Amino acid sequence: MDFSLSKEHEMARTLFRDFAETEVKPLAQEVDETEEFPRGTVAKMNKLGFMGIPVGKEYGGQGCDTLTYAMCVEELSRVCGTTGVIVSAHTSLCAEPIKKFGTEEQKQKYLVPLAKGEKLGAFGLTEPGAGTDAAGQQTKAILDGDEYVLNGSKIFITNGKEADIYIIFAMTDKSKGTKGISAFIVEKGTKGFTFGTKEKKMGIRGSATYELIFVDCRIPKENLLGAIGKGFGIAMTTLDGGRIGIASQALGLAQGALDSTIAYVKERKQFGRSISKFQNTQFEIADMATKVEAARLLVYKAAMAKDTQKKFSLEAAMAKLYAAEVAMEVTTKAVQLHGGYGYTREYDVERMMRDAKITEIYEGTSEVQKMVIAGSVL
Amino acid sequence: MSLQDYKGILVFAQQFDCQISGVSYELIGKAKELAADLDTEVMAVVLGEGVKSLADSLVAYGADRVIVVDDKELKEYTTEPYTHAMVSVIEKYKPEIVLYGATAIGRDLAPRVSARVKTGLTADCTKLEVDAETKNLRMTRPAFGGNIMATIVCPDNRPQMATVRPGVMQRANKDTKRTAAIEELNLEFAKNNNYVEVVEVIKKVTDKVDIMDAKILVAGGRGVGSKENFKLLQDLADAIGGEVASSRACVDCQWTEKEQQVGQTGKTVRPNLYFAIGISGAIQHLAGMEESDLIIAINKDETAPIFDVADFGIVGDLNKIIPQLTQKIKAEIANK
Amino acid sequence: MKIVVCIKQVPDTNEVKLDPVTGTLIRDGVPSIINPDDKAGLEAALALKDQLGATVSVITMGPMQADAVLREAMAMGADDAYLVTDRAFGGADTLATSTTLAAALKKINYDLIIAGRQAIDGDTAQVGPQIAEHLNIPNVSYAEDIKVEGNTVIVKRQYEDRYHTVKVQMPCLVTALGEMNTPRYMTPGGIFDAYRSKEVTIFTRADLDVEDSTIGLKGSPTKVAQSFPKSVKAAGVKVTMDSEDAADYIVEKLKEKFVF
Repeated sequence: MDFSLSKEHEMARTLFRDFAETEVKPLAQEVDETEEFPRGTVAKMNKLGFMGIPVGKEYGGQGCDTLTYAMCVEELSRVCGTTGVIVSAHTSLCAEPIKKFGTEEQKQKYLVPLAKGEKLGAFGLTEPGAGTDAAGQQTKAILDGDEYVLNGSKIFITNGKEADIYIIFAMTDKSKGTKGISAFIVEKGTKGFTFGTKEKKMGIRGSATYELIFVDCRIPKENLLGAIGKGFGIAMTTLDGGRIGIASQALGLAQGALDSTIAYVKERKQFGRSISKFQNTQFEIADMATKVEAARLLVYKAAMAKDTQKKFSLEAAMAKLYAAEVAMEVTTKAVQLHGGYGYTREYDVERMMRDAKITEIYEGTSEVQKMVIAGSVL
Repeated sequence: MSLQDYKGILVFAQQFDCQISGVSYELIGKAKELAADLDTEVMAVVLGEGVKSLADSLVAYGADRVIVVDDKELKEYTTEPYTHAMVSVIEKYKPEIVLYGATAIGRDLAPRVSARVKTGLTADCTKLEVDAETKNLRMTRPAFGGNIMATIVCPDNRPQMATVRPGVMQRANKDTKRTAAIEELNLEFAKNNNYVEVVEVIKKVTDKVDIMDAKILVAGGRGVGSKENFKLLQDLADAIGGEVASSRACVDCQWTEKEQQVGQTGKTVRPNLYFAIGISGAIQHLAGMEESDLIIAINKDETAPIFDVADFGIVGDLNKIIPQLTQKIKAEIANK
Repeated sequence: MKIVVCIKQVPDTNEVKLDPVTGTLIRDGVPSIINPDDKAGLEAALALKDQLGATVSVITMGPMQADAVLREAMAMGADDAYLVTDRAFGGADTLATSTTLAAALKKINYDLIIAGRQAIDGDTAQVGPQIAEHLNIPNVSYAEDIKVEGNTVIVKRQYEDRYHTVKVQMPCLVTALGEMNTPRYMTPGGIFDAYRSKEVTIFTRADLDVEDSTIGLKGSPTKVAQSFPKSVKAAGVKVTMDSEDAADYIVEKLKEKFVF
């Protein structure tokens, strides 16, 4: 078992790190303060193929493995949690289900532009009454001739309004419970599909989080993704992959906070010496560094499992659970080690702490991850 | 043909628009010192069209012999005709040493000549000395981005060739009463496949003083923060009678012009007074200014390497210090 | 059109520090990069490839680990690569290096050779023009811009206070300035292609038609007599004070030193 990265993966990390440091980091604070979606950055990532890393070349993607994709999200998140989640939601939650469950026509029509970065993707499962209880879908899709008619709403949708292509889950047969949920591909601009509230959030403030509203929204029946009634399974499988993306985001945030803190404690002097000389600081940092490395191993293992195993839900859940908790702990400690300065926006650790919190909640709360893990282990 | 057959020091006297570049005089100045150690003469060669009259100033600054090659193919610098001319001069006069300015011309011409003549070339020398025993030229130059110095010798090939940056050597005093032999060398310039065509000559329009001529420089680095903020430095420069210069980082960000860049890939300066403001002091920058007589550094990072070469270093915020400094300097000058 | 770009793997001299105790260079852990002027030359070549459909090869002379810069160049879009490597080439000055590279280039087809103006470790700017001399082709140095029209290369050639627009016929060699462009990033897919589907051809001593006397240490007319760290100027005075006091302090020092 070789824990070292291949030369290709090392070079990929260098690419993502250089891009993040040069193009993303200088804007991170402004994106957070203005809450503006970083379109310029996304345009640059589109051109470099960052939006289609694990999609095969035959569909316009980069043809790389999940680990490479995870490293991209990690490095972006290390400097900007917002930018990391944009790539993650687009890739894991929109491109991936089309890749896995789409027909050839759907792949040509939707996956190719998503992978090439010509279109941005999003995933709409959560509703006001259906969060952790995802099966409680109220949005309906009724077949009417050659079209499905959608009615309902989704909330907390990442890349909302910015995205062109949405994977939307809706109830096609209420009597069948979870087996009555189906998945659909819906394009922005479709009549009857509008956007409601933009959420004001604690963190990842540049990420566009919107309410989606469907009022007699008609979509061609060819836009059914996968078989009818199989939507819930599609959502769960998709979220398994999405968890790897979020775990990578959490890992990146933790690493970024750790790096900032190491630099700060070497510089900051109190009582005549730099605070890195005090044992408390040293012990805290040792603890943080160890946890980040442990998180990394879980995340990378999950990424590799996705490519090599049929089922990887357990690995993904463990990675997400642990990385998110580490991110919260490490970013909080980072603020503490920065002292008063850590609480000001002059330093980036307070933003990282605010960004980290959501990783314990979305794409399955930590509690849900525990349910998955317990379900597998017991 | 043995090494002993090569005698004399040849200086390539660069000219633009029939004006000798300052570095040529500096090289002659240095050549005179070397010639004294070698008990030999200093020759200068000037290439161009209509350049015969330039020989006089070369003599005035110390050349013992001037060789002029005047041809229309030499009007504007291109590699092949100039290489052909230099090689012909070297073959005829057999100098033991040839010096060129390390300029946009010299750093193209000298290598091509060295490859044709199959001899050694050492670039960007900061020190040239004659070895007392071997009488070989010892050429010292920075390497590794200026992190180390290397002394190079070319013991078995002739001529020994070196390029020297402008502003490093000192020109001798001008003596218009001096006389020396001025020889015109007629060469044939037959176009071959190595000839290129200069279609256009575009001069850069600038009314800025060359920072290499300034006695006081107010230089800014990344710490200045923006193009607009350079105004603080301009105000200080205006008050104290200096010019604004910068590190490479500012040129890359387009806060300042390339002509203002000090450093390894910019200009080497030796002003009387150098303000290093918001400059960290990377080796590449120091290489261009550490010979300044008096260096005053202002930086908010007390670990910045610039403080290792500054005579006086202030750890503080340039945005607060510079405006106050400008005010006080204006007051001082007004009171005189 | 076939473009060959000469690149060099160099330590990132921006990151190299001096050991404060011994005065020697700390080379450990300093990342290796593609020499910046060469990378700009590579970008210029790739732009011509985008525009005119040229093929772009990269070549480097160095130890086996220089393979990394060839892979990076291919990850950016170069089509194939050549690594010129052999103990026999070691210890070479610029003349011997250019002789070796020229011999390697003779084995490859080229219309346009692009090299960086200078490397950040050697800083000589000599190898480019010397290669052109060995190959008996025209060279134009200090290019701020490179265009191609038919068989003609049009170069914006930089001088201190002016530019020349120069036309040169292929085959020819041009040296590129780092400031001429912003090199593109690699792409993730490009990285995997570079390692898994693109080729690096290795040239050793046996592959090149050169005399022993012209390569390596033997082929180097210049020799290093001595190398030593820069003598450290004695550190001056460093003070921390509030801005008004600082301004007064500076004025006082300027007066002391007769600036006024």
